[in-house]
Amino acid sequence: MSADFPFLGILTLLPLVGAIVVAVIPRRSAKLAKQVALIWSLAVLALSIVMWVAFKVGGDRWQFHESYAWIPSWDARFTFQADGIALVMLMLIAVLMPIVILASWNDVDQEQRSAPVYFSLLLAFEFTMIGVFAAADIFLFYVFFEVMLIPMYFIIGSFGGARRQYAAVKFFLYSLVGGLFMLAAVIGLWVVGGHTFDFDKLAQAAHSIDPNTARWLFLGFFVAFAIKAPFFPFHTWLPDAGGAAPAGAAALLVGVMDKVGTFGILRYCLPLFPEASRWFAPAALVLAVIGIIYAALLAVGQNDLKRLVSYTSIAHFGFIGIGIFAFTTQAGTGAVLYMVNHGLATGLLFIVVGMYVARRNSNLVSDFGGAGKLTPVLAGVLFFAGLASLALPGTAPFISEFLVLIGTFTAHKAYAVVATAGIILAAAYVLWMVQRTTQGTLNPALEEVPAMRKDMTLREKAVVAPLILLLILLGFYPKPVTDVINPAVQATMQDVGTKDPGPTAVTANGGVR
Amino acid sequence: MGTVKLPAIDYAALAPMLILFGVACLGVIVEAILPRRSRHGVQLGLSFLAIVAAFVVVIVEHGKHKTTIGGAVAVDGPTLFLQGAILVLGAVSLMLIGERSIERGGPFVAQAAITVGSQKDLQQAGDRDGATEVYPLTMFALGGMLLFVSANDLLTMFVALEVFSLPLYLLCALARRRRLLSQEAAMKYFLLGSYASAFFLFGIALIYGFSGGIQLSAVHAGIADPKQSEILLYAGLALLAIGLLFKAALAPFHVWTPDVYQGAPTPITALMAACTKVAAFGALLRILYVAFEGVRWDFQPVLGVIAVLTMFVGAVLAVTQTDMKRLLAYSSIANAGYLLVGVLALNQRGLSSTMFYLVAYGFSVLAAFGIVTLVRDADGEATHLSRWAGLGKKSPLFAATFSFILLAFAGIPLTSGFTSKFAVFGAAVEGGQTWLVIFGVITSMLIAFPYLRVVVMLWFSEPGESTPTVSIPGFLTSAALAIGVIATLVLGVVPAPLIDLTQNAANFVR
Repeated sequence: MSADFPFLGILTLLPLVGAIVVAVIPRRSAKLAKQVALIWSLAVLALSIVMWVAFKVGGDRWQFHESYAWIPSWDARFTFQADGIALVMLMLIAVLMPIVILASWNDVDQEQRSAPVYFSLLLAFEFTMIGVFAAADIFLFYVFFEVMLIPMYFIIGSFGGARRQYAAVKFFLYSLVGGLFMLAAVIGLWVVGGHTFDFDKLAQAAHSIDPNTARWLFLGFFVAFAIKAPFFPFHTWLPDAGGAAPAGAAALLVGVMDKVGTFGILRYCLPLFPEASRWFAPAALVLAVIGIIYAALLAVGQNDLKRLVSYTSIAHFGFIGIGIFAFTTQAGTGAVLYMVNHGLATGLLFIVVGMYVARRNSNLVSDFGGAGKLTPVLAGVLFFAGLASLALPGTAPFISEFLVLIGTFTAHKAYAVVATAGIILAAAYVLWMVQRTTQGTLNPALEEVPAMRKDMTLREKAVVAPLILLLILLGFYPKPVTDVINPAVQATMQDVGTKDPGPTAVTANGGVR
Repeated sequence: MGTVKLPAIDYAALAPMLILFGVACLGVIVEAILPRRSRHGVQLGLSFLAIVAAFVVVIVEHGKHKTTIGGAVAVDGPTLFLQGAILVLGAVSLMLIGERSIERGGPFVAQAAITVGSQKDLQQAGDRDGATEVYPLTMFALGGMLLFVSANDLLTMFVALEVFSLPLYLLCALARRRRLLSQEAAMKYFLLGSYASAFFLFGIALIYGFSGGIQLSAVHAGIADPKQSEILLYAGLALLAIGLLFKAALAPFHVWTPDVYQGAPTPITALMAACTKVAAFGALLRILYVAFEGVRWDFQPVLGVIAVLTMFVGAVLAVTQTDMKRLLAYSSIANAGYLLVGVLALNQRGLSSTMFYLVAYGFSVLAAFGIVTLVRDADGEATHLSRWAGLGKKSPLFAATFSFILLAFAGIPLTSGFTSKFAVFGAAVEGGQTWLVIFGVITSMLIAFPYLRVVVMLWFSEPGESTPTVSIPGFLTSAALAIGVIATLVLGVVPAPLIDLTQNAANFVR
């Protein structure tokens, strides 16, 4: 296929059509709905792989540009384009979607829940996620940014766990508040940027914006993205949402949706408001570092498995945050790679935890204990997911965390040093969680739960296998991904107007681990 | 004194109003001569015909830009656009008004003057067909609104205000159920409305004293070259504004809104929320943009404070409501605040975006009240919020429709609520009113909560014993709902045609 093929438009619309198709399947044909949803998500994956192959590494920064008229009097258009950063995020959602659908296969089999609705919502969610990463028109981006709340809101509220109503409303309101700040900034940008929403035109006009105005506009965007990511102190919705969402949806929520925050900072905040980005960078770095330590400490103390994973995720977003705001290509590449790897690792962790929760019918660590004796394979996968999550060398997250830390160290030594403490805490919360749930003496109550005696089924193995494979593969050979990311990050850092500092002493790297 | 010259009259330009007033008079005659059982069909048909005919005339007249009958009526872009909007929204309201299949005899009482609770009253509540006088009354009201948005002098505007207000006062009193509430609403609306009209009239007198004329162009000229004390001007403008702010339900002149919206028969509430809003803001736009443009720096901050106050009152009090109709009433107050933000942009984009907002909001609010008429138990509409819990499980389609409308009110993209809010906020930032936009955004966050709470109740709660049923809507209500929902969606996804239309229309004749 040629490069002129409208990849992004079709890729965006495909899951929407799928969502509608699945939604009209009658409720009693639950199995059909699942199969259609799975095949549909695989089709999206296939198209994304073709697009990945068609992407010219080392070619133009922006590829697959397409644009259609929408609201001429506002100069809002359906414009799509992707750089390396957007491409890897699109790939991530495309990879995770079939896995999550397969992982959620039996989640909605109870009497009162409608499988077609659930899987239709998942595909609708994929539609909004692809749209938000592919959009190159700020109006269009904003539309997707807000609309993506709705499928997730109904997934959490209708299909979630114990505190689902509270969690769904909190999730929605937090995101909406951020979104409305961004709305004010979008309108402001539209007026000062010459009545256009086109990303390329605005990026060119970026330097002519009055610095004071630009700082306010930056803040509007940044608050929205910081809530979405979430960065400390805007993070309190995530443990509730992640704890209440069904495990598969939680994997998407944390694995992909939250990346919109960090992606938005890279894609919009830095190129559009370079001066303001530099001005706010110290504050952002401080928030990110606080997030790493604070969330890690909370994770250590958690008794609820899903909330624990949510907190680990907040800590990881702290790493992504310092990677972005260190303004070095190394750290930036590390941050983007971290976004991908975190999606895989935390996605896997959520899915595996979900398998345990579904068996035990409880989220609480204290309800487990020695579960590995009953389900050795599942316990092994949990252990692996935990190790990947704490960035053990040999797994993909190690590379990204390492890149972030050395990249940050060259520019901001103090932040890198404090952040490194987060690695130790990561080891603490992961290993302790694994130990308390799967190791040690067997909790007698577990044996009375029939489901706990069943180890992984073939379906569950098929769910985790691709993730494990990818985590190991990218752990040893990340080059295909970094080659795509690196030029895009370099270009972004040029937009900000920072120069990479000279090579650092190798001893610093030795000190990291 | 020169010889009295009859002014030239452009009958084609006046035709939409003449048609509605004519059919209204015809409707009164129909009441007198036709037997009771055939009146409903004839009246409904006549009313629809009149609206369609008037709408056709409005379309034919498009592009006209002049004043007629001695400068009393202006026919220009905003007039024709707003008249078209009132007619279309009026037609949809008429569908709700004409529905007879949801409740036996329709939503109106047969004889409103019978003492509430008496034997005769109980009898008529049960089995008598509702009054068909509602149709001529509605026609008078719509005709008055058409005149209101086209009035080019202050006295014509006052006459139009009275012509459309009086039928509305009456219509409010005609609810079939909860008669006392309905009568109270009508009384409250009438008394407060009369005060507002009196203020308006007093304002006209002062403005006349200031500028020596009542035509908007004369006022404009008077401001450019003041010959009298400007105290007259400011006092007159303030009193005029009070009259209009009352009709538009802006704080602190909003207190009637929740009571009247709750007590009035729901189709009439819908009519008021959609059409009265268009008429009131149409007149406000004309007065501020045409007559008082010269003192914009004086009224902009004052009205800005009113807009902020309105948005906060609407949003904060909406959070505390437990009745669906009152919730929608406070939501309409908040929306009036957003509309005023658009008005205060005081530029061409402000004019066009306000008109866009009026149409978009009108359709959504009609659909919302249309759904309220469907959720019923043995005592009529079940409007208490707690009764709506779990409706999503019982009637998913209606719950989905209502949720969609609520998301539109909350301003979520892909609904007209988002595009219209975006339009007015964009115009306001362009007009240098960024502070209003910031307050607008903050109140949007606040008011999202009550909407979301309803969505939660609809979907995430279990239906209880007392959950009412959703009636199967008749053809008319179904059509009204479909139009409202489709318009909300289409104006959210492809708003370009209507935006272009409003931008082409945004040009007042002076």
